[in-house]
Amino acid sequence: MSTSRRKFIKISALGLGGVATAASTFNSLGVNSYLEDFALENALKKLNQTATYCEVCFWKCAAWVHSDDQGAIHKIIGNDIDPHCNGRLCPRGTGGVGMFTDTDRLKTPLIRKMVNGETTFVEASWDEALNLIASKMKGIKDTHGAESMALLKHGSPGKHFEHLFKAYGSDSIAEPAYAQCRGPRETGFGLTFGSWVGSPEPTDIRDTKCLVLIGSHIGENMHNTQVQEMSDAIDNDATIITVDPRLSTAASKSQHWLAIKPATDIALLLAWMHVLIDENLYDKAYVDKYATGFNELKEHVKDYTPEWAYGITTIKPEAIRKTARVMAAAAPSTIIHPGRHVTWYGDDTQRARAIAILNGLLGSWGRRGGFYFKEKTSISKYPHPPYPKPKWGWEQIGENYPFAEMGITNELIRASIPSEENKFPIKGWVVAGTNLNNSIPNKKLLEEAIDSLEFMVVVDTMPMEITGYADVVLPECTYLERYDDIRSATNREPSIALRMPAVQPKYDSKPAWWMAKQLGERLGLHDYFKYEDYKEVISWQLEQLGTSLEELEKIGVKKFKRKSGSMYLSEDQNYEFSTDSGKIEFYSQQLAVLGFDPIPKYTKHPEPAAGFYRLNYGRSPMHTFSRTVNNPNLNDLKSENDLWVNPKVAKILDLKKGQYVWLENQDGVQSSFPIRVRVTERIRWDSVYMVHGFGHNNKKLGRAHGKGASDTELISQVTIDPLMGGTGMRGNFVKILTENPTKTVAV
Amino acid sequence: MRYAMVIDTKKCVGCSDCVVACQTENNVPIGYCRDWITERVEGVYPNIELELRSERCNHCENAPCVRCCPTGASHIIDGGIVLVTDNECIGCGACIESCPYDARFQHPEGYVDKCTFCHHRLEKGELPACVSVCPTKCMYFGDLENPNSEVSQLLRNRKHKTLAPEAGTKPHVYYLI
Repeated sequence: MSTSRRKFIKISALGLGGVATAASTFNSLGVNSYLEDFALENALKKLNQTATYCEVCFWKCAAWVHSDDQGAIHKIIGNDIDPHCNGRLCPRGTGGVGMFTDTDRLKTPLIRKMVNGETTFVEASWDEALNLIASKMKGIKDTHGAESMALLKHGSPGKHFEHLFKAYGSDSIAEPAYAQCRGPRETGFGLTFGSWVGSPEPTDIRDTKCLVLIGSHIGENMHNTQVQEMSDAIDNDATIITVDPRLSTAASKSQHWLAIKPATDIALLLAWMHVLIDENLYDKAYVDKYATGFNELKEHVKDYTPEWAYGITTIKPEAIRKTARVMAAAAPSTIIHPGRHVTWYGDDTQRARAIAILNGLLGSWGRRGGFYFKEKTSISKYPHPPYPKPKWGWEQIGENYPFAEMGITNELIRASIPSEENKFPIKGWVVAGTNLNNSIPNKKLLEEAIDSLEFMVVVDTMPMEITGYADVVLPECTYLERYDDIRSATNREPSIALRMPAVQPKYDSKPAWWMAKQLGERLGLHDYFKYEDYKEVISWQLEQLGTSLEELEKIGVKKFKRKSGSMYLSEDQNYEFSTDSGKIEFYSQQLAVLGFDPIPKYTKHPEPAAGFYRLNYGRSPMHTFSRTVNNPNLNDLKSENDLWVNPKVAKILDLKKGQYVWLENQDGVQSSFPIRVRVTERIRWDSVYMVHGFGHNNKKLGRAHGKGASDTELISQVTIDPLMGGTGMRGNFVKILTENPTKTVAV
Repeated sequence: MRYAMVIDTKKCVGCSDCVVACQTENNVPIGYCRDWITERVEGVYPNIELELRSERCNHCENAPCVRCCPTGASHIIDGGIVLVTDNECIGCGACIESCPYDARFQHPEGYVDKCTFCHHRLEKGELPACVSVCPTKCMYFGDLENPNSEVSQLLRNRKHKTLAPEAGTKPHVYYLI
């Protein structure tokens, strides 16, 4: 028996004792009992299964972590009863073990110090790091007010720090998930249906007859249930219509791929509305009953014919008519998908409105195969004194954007740069779980803000670029090594999921809840942290729900019955939408009053100059933003991004497949690292495309450093959405350089 | 009994979950893989077809790797699964050369390694790891000799192909097209 075989067995030892009793079609078929002796040897070496939900992306799929008594994690498998994953994780969840094993992880607190005339990070004890942060936070509160300390956050660690910040007296809080991602669709759908789309999206893809994707690339984004249900829809012979300048994976599964000219989506959406109304294909009964502003809409789209849209979108009028008829024939089981990362051109809330209105015309909101009414279980707040009321916070910082419903990162960043007009001086940041350098466009502004800060803390598991700017770096343990809040998300059926440590934290890393509590105690906020272990909080909350930690440890996920009624509207139901009018608002009085377009209009956006190509970016299924590129398992699947170039362009520029090139944008910003050319018919000749999240420049990320190009650093033109402050990032153009423009970058 | 895998290219999104699940299940070292994703693009923009598919050892009935193995390390077991007994393998590489699917590789410890259809899981009544994790459920596994098995039914009712049929290997991984 060789050592490698022993390793093999170690991995698969779990449950071998059950061979004889497993009822299945396979074991009765008599496969050679080839592994019997190894099985015997390992029969007693049982792996532990611990409940968790994934933190590699925001979908939060519940899973079982299989680990041994030596503290090694062998594999992570989806929890069968979880509605977020149905027992099947995506590659990132399956490869989540790499978040734990990555030896490049942050290992100990670090404090920026001057040593021999050079600024460097010095390893510090937790006491030293936490005392320093507490004294700085106290100093900023005494001098400027607690409001001047801001939190930029993402995911689970962000929640713990949010509690600390609110107790401390600041709600100067923002996250890129809003203004750099899904904010416009939440505002656009909120203005129309009175409800955010939310996450996971309440799209009834499982039962749809027609799924329309506007630039949304399900299958490349691995939003797990969306991907699973799109596959179900394919099995059910649903029609898929994809609007994308690139043949995305989803486009390749579509009956209709509309290869639209970038930045013209609203024109297509208006033309579709025109056809639905002009040909009387819309759901008249639904519209009469539930919508307001139909006459204004009809008047508005009267001239937006498919012929009008043709010259703008390059999509043939007959294709526009045909797809509109297909959608109408399938309605109300038609979904015009709201998308997720939708901060593209600065009129994104209006595009989301157009998508929402189209769904309204088709009668798909609140209908089977359209959008279901979601529900979640509310988790009781662990008792603590009320939070003090800050004098100002995220709402005031974002006051120029009347429809912002969360903190706007870019406004918070701007408020961190001192100036006479700045009424909301931010002096210090805690950045928890978000690599701002790879999520916030306009690098110059970000760096200016960071330069202006008096103090900055970064909490992360990995030495992401943002850690390099911090005064103090706190190493968080991974999701596999900690308790976190109970997951409760909107879905068809409400459910909760438990995350508990599968193994002890590696190195000197700690959970974010512990850091927040330690800081709270040092800031005199003991009453907000009346627990020794976060387990106590979860345990109490579970008891309020009529269950227990003990039960959740065994099942991982618990489902609850719906309390809010049916998932769908019933015939003749009088339903009141949470809008001002109580109806679906095709015409928005709220927008009209403030001088915005009450019904979306098409606006022409800048186009690339000669020799430039629009920079489009997207996701690969095996990575989440920039945070997974160094994960050994996921890096093994995809270690660098490549630049998609149409063969016609490659011919003009004499580019060869696999050749490395550099990029320079319209403002002369050059890519730090070269990127490999992928010559493919899947991309239009006026655009190039790359997967977001690569081109890391922190050498401490051993696998990710210098691999591929960063789209974020090439996004220096940002068009701000006037409604909610989102950063439109798809108006940047690059030229392709075949020579290294600087010759100084070591690759 | 005859095990077969059927993969629906209409549903596969090429996410590589099958690859990483195989790695963690079978302790395949980082940098190596027993299964992988192939992308085929045909046509000119915007009239393009894209096929994504998960590939692995085809567990051929007429397996050239088994025929050319000088030590007998490569062998076929019940159900038609092609295996390599690592401590009988001398790493000569003849099988790697003979495989028309490029499905075999030299493990860093010297022997030749490849997909086993996760037969250690089959013994427990579980599906191969790749099949069990696939978010699109595009992979099916079962017994071709049972006419009622899901794989038999799919192959009866759906248009399908195998890879490199001209090699005459009688492969047992089928692709629905």
